[in-house]
Amino acid sequence: MNDNVEKRRSERTVDDVFAQAMAEPDIRGRSLWVDAWHRLLRNRAAVVSGVLMILIVLAVVVGPMIAPWAGDFTDWDNTSSPPSLETGHWFGTDAVGRDILVRTLEGGRISLLVGLVATLVSLVIGVSYGAVAGYYGGMTDRIMMRVVDIIYALPFMFFVILLMVVFGRHIILIFVAIGAVNWLDMARIVRGQTLSLKNTEFIEAARACGVDHHSIILRHIVPNLLGVVIVYVTLTIPQVILVESFLSFIGLGVQEPMSSWGALVNNGAQDMESAPWTLVFPAVFLTVTLYCFNYIGDGMRDALDPKDRA
Amino acid sequence: MRQEGLLQLAASRLIGLVPTLLVLITISFFLIRLAPGGPFDAEMAAPPEIRANLEAKYHLDEPLLAQYFRYLGEVIAFDFGPSFQYKDWTVNELIARGFPISATIGGLAMLLAFFAGVLIGVFAALRQNTASDYTVMGIAMLGISIPNFVVAPLLILVLAIYGGWLPASGWDWTWQRGLLPVVTLALPAIAYIARLTRGSMIEVLHSNYIRTARAKGLPERTVILRHALKPTLLPVISYMGPATAALITGSVVVERIYSIPGLGSYFVQGALNRDYTLVMGVVVFYGMIIILFNFIVDLLYAWLNPRIRYDEGE
Repeated sequence: MNDNVEKRRSERTVDDVFAQAMAEPDIRGRSLWVDAWHRLLRNRAAVVSGVLMILIVLAVVVGPMIAPWAGDFTDWDNTSSPPSLETGHWFGTDAVGRDILVRTLEGGRISLLVGLVATLVSLVIGVSYGAVAGYYGGMTDRIMMRVVDIIYALPFMFFVILLMVVFGRHIILIFVAIGAVNWLDMARIVRGQTLSLKNTEFIEAARACGVDHHSIILRHIVPNLLGVVIVYVTLTIPQVILVESFLSFIGLGVQEPMSSWGALVNNGAQDMESAPWTLVFPAVFLTVTLYCFNYIGDGMRDALDPKDRA
Repeated sequence: MRQEGLLQLAASRLIGLVPTLLVLITISFFLIRLAPGGPFDAEMAAPPEIRANLEAKYHLDEPLLAQYFRYLGEVIAFDFGPSFQYKDWTVNELIARGFPISATIGGLAMLLAFFAGVLIGVFAALRQNTASDYTVMGIAMLGISIPNFVVAPLLILVLAIYGGWLPASGWDWTWQRGLLPVVTLALPAIAYIARLTRGSMIEVLHSNYIRTARAKGLPERTVILRHALKPTLLPVISYMGPATAALITGSVVVERIYSIPGLGSYFVQGALNRDYTLVMGVVVFYGMIIILFNFIVDLLYAWLNPRIRYDEGE
């Protein structure tokens, strides 16, 4: 294919080529993403997961707004009632008559929100840490990465629990605690990528133009890390959601009246003998969400990872 | 020659553990000191007996640094002090009571995860891109995605409450009570190891020496078992370190759901009751175990893989 382009090019005048180049800027840059997008669309599991995910997000965002009940409304005529269309409680109610459907959707808001925000926290820390270590290299890099190695060997979950015990169970703290402990992988991946980027010609060109280190990292290195980072973010979100549900399940996560899928599964597990639907519905939502994120992440990695392209 | 290299590696890794341990102990000590209304705080309403014990234990009249170094020494001597909630117990005694149960369940789960995971992974790799491969890997992805606090209640619901075949919870050292916790704990690890093994086995099967082995006319069984399996297991071995951490974390939930009086149950109870000394003790204790396992896995990996050169890699 390259040969063809070369041949056609040689038949045209320089002006032609120049005019065409001006008309189609960035054609190579775009094609990488278009390529990846097509590869992703061919991955049936990832596409199905993507559609399901969009449906879940829509339901979680819109559902509670149009539902006839609020999540904390207690329907005393229908306590622990099984799922039925007649009562209007499609997923049934819990022991104090709260609608499981609405509570599941509202819990989903918290779970997804924690997933996004905590991932964002870990993204910001991980990318800046990794990019700085990779870019400056040498002694700085060695010390920074040694620190990562040391923290990496620590029992992550226990530190999150320790943080929750010491500072109380506030939702903001959940974001920060999970994000602050979860940036290590991101830092490692970004550092590796930066190392290979920093010796490329365009970075050299930027340096030759007198761009300072700060701008090179921010304007030239970080945008080129996008592919790897996107893949990693998709794989981090389900991990974070899982950590939050774990905390909520053992009673250290979000507190009543707020709830998340983990907290709902915990409530459901206590009533499962008499009212199994209180367990099953939040559990299904949580599992399907994690399943979808994992498949989308896998698909993205296959689509974007240069290693697997051969 | 190779033995010497291994010894050297062991020594250098052992020295490398020191800063990790130090960070672990330091973070937990100062985090607890930062705690609002902490155990060392006069406003926190600790029963007077425990207060007296704590004050004696931590020498609260001394400067902070002196307390820190004293604590460091005590942790190295494996002494975690009195529990904040269980009046007559020290943290050491609680660990001695709970840990044997947790270690049994965790160890069995790890064995199960290793063998079942490798078996499933090899099975899928040998049938790459067939329907049975996709089915098995789809189930494995489900195993990774379903949290064990969802699996456990469902298993109890189906097998214990509806089926009545197994006891729902409790602990008495019989296999009936152990089965569900071990399986629940092992499931995500089985799924992860199966995926790892499959990928690794497929890569190994494409290598030249496997083609040579086949060209020699060796039966397929021999090719797989004698030649392909060992290199396939390398990534699985290196996963056993993180797997330990995951199993320990999982045990916290599993013990809670099945009402097993293991260390994980004490830990959650301690965390909910703000039993600072217990929480700190368990974090440091489990941290040490995870660090120790990572160390063993590192050595095992180097021993199995003569190609590796740790000193040159760094």
